[in-house]
Amino acid sequence: MSIENALINIAPERIEIDGVTKSFTTNRGTIVALDNVSVKVAEGEFLCLVGPSGCGKSTLLNIIAGLDTPDSGRVLANGESVTGPGRDRMVMFQEHALFPWLDVLGNVMFGLRLKPGLNNKERKEVAKYYLDLVGLSKFQHANIHELSGGMKQRVALARALAPNPRVLLMDEPFAALDALTREQLYGDIQRIWEARRKTIVFVTHNVREAACLGDRVLLFSPNPGRIRAEFQVDLPRARDINSVELARYSTEITTALKGFTNKQGTEVAE
Amino acid sequence: MIRSISSIVFFLSLLLSWEFVARSGHYSPVILPSPLNVLEYIWQATCDGTLWVATLVTMKRLILGYGLGLLFGIPLGLVTARFRLLQDTLGLLALGVQTLPSVCWVPLALLWFGQTEAAMLFVVVMGTLWSVIIATNDGVRAMPPIYLRAARTMGSKGLHTWIKVILPASLPYLVGGMKQGWAFAWRSLMAAEIFVTILTGFGLGQLLQYGRELLAMDQVVAVMAIIVVIGLLADRLLFSPWERFFHKRWGTGSIN
Ligand SMILES: Nc1ncnc2c1ncn2[C@@H]1O[C@H](COP(=O)(O)OP(=O)(O)OP(=O)(O)O)[C@@H](O)[C@H]1O
Ligand SMILES: [Mg+2]
Repeated sequence: MSIENALINIAPERIEIDGVTKSFTTNRGTIVALDNVSVKVAEGEFLCLVGPSGCGKSTLLNIIAGLDTPDSGRVLANGESVTGPGRDRMVMFQEHALFPWLDVLGNVMFGLRLKPGLNNKERKEVAKYYLDLVGLSKFQHANIHELSGGMKQRVALARALAPNPRVLLMDEPFAALDALTREQLYGDIQRIWEARRKTIVFVTHNVREAACLGDRVLLFSPNPGRIRAEFQVDLPRARDINSVELARYSTEITTALKGFTNKQGTEVAE
Repeated sequence: MIRSISSIVFFLSLLLSWEFVARSGHYSPVILPSPLNVLEYIWQATCDGTLWVATLVTMKRLILGYGLGLLFGIPLGLVTARFRLLQDTLGLLALGVQTLPSVCWVPLALLWFGQTEAAMLFVVVMGTLWSVIIATNDGVRAMPPIYLRAARTMGSKGLHTWIKVILPASLPYLVGGMKQGWAFAWRSLMAAEIFVTILTGFGLGQLLQYGRELLAMDQVVAVMAIIVVIGLLADRLLFSPWERFFHKRWGTGSIN
């Protein structure tokens, strides 16, 4: 495989989540994190999952990633049953999860080194391409701890993109960042999504973020974790998080969210 | 620069006060030799080769025993951390046995192996192995599980995960453990050399013991000084570069 092939836009994947149920039993009792959840994610769709804390968003993402198995139901990626992690589905975790013993380039290379069909020189070029894409080519030899939070998330993004997955699973990747950095990353992620054609499932607490990024937004409610509502966001790209049209959508979604999560205080931010 | 000057000044004044006390005549040279006496001994023993031979013999034993301790200790520590059954069996054993001062192994070694090299090696390995197992085990268990999950999504599994994720993630602990293992090996070897008198080689510990028997205090102190210097050198040459590397990579260790 040549670098061109490694960088080529491969077809994004269709994901079907079919009646997935998952519960956790601890000595405090049993929690139904996901209760018969079914979702279809189209090829190249940007899907956002929103919901209060503990409604099973991360659990669902982990199941799609193949890091967890559902108690019942199944996940299909392009029609094939997901039985474990796969290079077609990359994950960006809430904490950056970068390896501190490797420098920036080493981190981006980690997944590439496990990808057959490339020699090391090509791998390096691919890694550099993605570091460039996230605007960090000057930092390829930096240590992880020398980066700011936003830069770390950018490296994590480059690392997830580098093996050229068909699906990107992102679990509140920007939650720990300040508003300004986040806005920058919204721009980046939309640009990259358009350039690199991926199916993206994006988990967030932040309704505005979801409306800004998603083609579609799904609302989850906890105990048991279920999908409660679905919103189509028909706004042209690239969207600006501060635009008035976007505010309309996020108000609508927030109202719906408040409708079924009024009892306890929730952590949903508009 | 300032740091090395302060180190030099400190040790020089230490030597000077020692010389001063020794010259005051309060203590007989048999009890307290002067630093000059000690230097003289070192000079003479270096020239006639005694010190070289003893150091060489000791280092050979140390490196062999320490090497064996690492060779078995690191993999065992890795597996005890990852498999609960081994954690509850071998891990617990290591935790218990590790508390034994290494000199406690000497009587056993003497009974089993007699006055031989094997007895000495046994003591050194026992002194090293358990603490290396514990340190490696602790290092692996302190690793955030998110590293493993991230690695799995990128297609790492089996041996690759062990070598490319678990091992490097626990390296800072591991070097700590290797350092501790080195100190323990050193201590146990000295204990062994003092108690095991054999004809296959005359090490620093034995030189120390003979010094005592001959009431040659300058020899005793000289050997002690050499042991200290070797320990310091090992730390500076073997472990410090690693530690500096980790602190730089991980961004830890604000006090250097
Ligand atoms: N390994 C586990 N063991 C026990 N309970 C778990 C485990 N993982 C998740 N849970 C429970 O399952 C529920 C859903 O968890 P999950 O992490 O999916 O929530 P979430 O929607 O991602 O929340 P947040 O927005 O706070 O990240 C929670 O009540 C949580 O306590
Ligand atoms: Mg979560």
